[in-house]
Amino acid sequence: MSTFKVFDIAGSGMAAQSVRINTVASNLANANSVSGNANDVYRARHPVFEAVKGAMRGGASDAAVRVTGIVESDAPAMARYEPGNPLADSSGYVYAPNVNAVEEMVDMISASRSYQNNVEVMNTSKEMLLATLRLGQS
Amino acid sequence: MLDISSQLGVHADALRVRSQRAELIANNLANADTPNFKARDVDFRAALAASGYADPGGGLAMSTTQGRHLGGPSAMAGADPALRYRQPLAPSLDGNTVDVQMEQASFAENAVRYQATLTFINSRLRSLMTAITGQ
Repeated sequence: MSTFKVFDIAGSGMAAQSVRINTVASNLANANSVSGNANDVYRARHPVFEAVKGAMRGGASDAAVRVTGIVESDAPAMARYEPGNPLADSSGYVYAPNVNAVEEMVDMISASRSYQNNVEVMNTSKEMLLATLRLGQS
Repeated sequence: MLDISSQLGVHADALRVRSQRAELIANNLANADTPNFKARDVDFRAALAASGYADPGGGLAMSTTQGRHLGGPSAMAGADPALRYRQPLAPSLDGNTVDVQMEQASFAENAVRYQATLTFINSRLRSLMTAITGQ
C-alpha cells in the first residue's frame, strides 16, 4: 500500500547502511590477519549501492536503495619482513591485508549517521500516519 | 445536496501530495550514499494543479490563437509535471546530488505542513459534525 511505502524506503536505506557497517566490522576485525602468500591474504570489502529505478510513482519494487554486491579492494597487500613469524614465506615476509583503518573508521561514522537519518525519517513518518489515523476523533 | 468530500476542499489533495513528497524525500535520504543518484523533489504547485485544482497564480501556458496551434503544457502529458531534480549546492565527486541537511530540513518542513493540513481537515470535520448534530 502506497501510504506505508515510506517505511519500505527508509527500511531499505537502513538495511543498506547496516551491510556497510558489517563490512567495516569485517575489515577492521581482519586488519591484522597476516598470511604467508600475497594472493591468500584478506582484502578490504566495500558494498556497492544502487538506486532502485521506478521505486517512486508506483514502480514494481518498494525498496529505494539496494546493495548490488560487495567488491574486494585490489590495492596491493602490504609485505612485512617478519622472519620469526611462523606464517612467513621462504624469504621471511608475511603479507598484511590492504585495510586502511582510517578509511574504515570514516566509513563507519558516515554509515552510522546515514542509518540514524533513516531512523528519524521512519519515526517522523510514523507520527504523521498516527495523526492521520486519529483524523476526526478529537 | 451537501457533498461531504467537496467540504474538505483542497486539503484532501494537499494531504496526498504531502505524503508523496515525504516518500520522495525519504527516497533521497535513503540514497544519500548512492553514487550517481540525483535528488528529486515535488513541485507542490504543479502536483496540486495536476490533481484537478485550477491554479490562480497561473503557470505559463502557450496561447493558441489559431485552431492548429499546439497547447504548451498538455504536450508533456506523459511525464509527471510535478517532479523536479534538485540543483546541488555542493556537487560531490561520485555524482550524488543529495544534500543531507537540506533534505532533512525539507522533510521536517513537509511533516509540519502535513500536520497543518490535518488540522485544517479536522476543523472542517468538526464544523460538519456541529451541523449534523445540530447542537
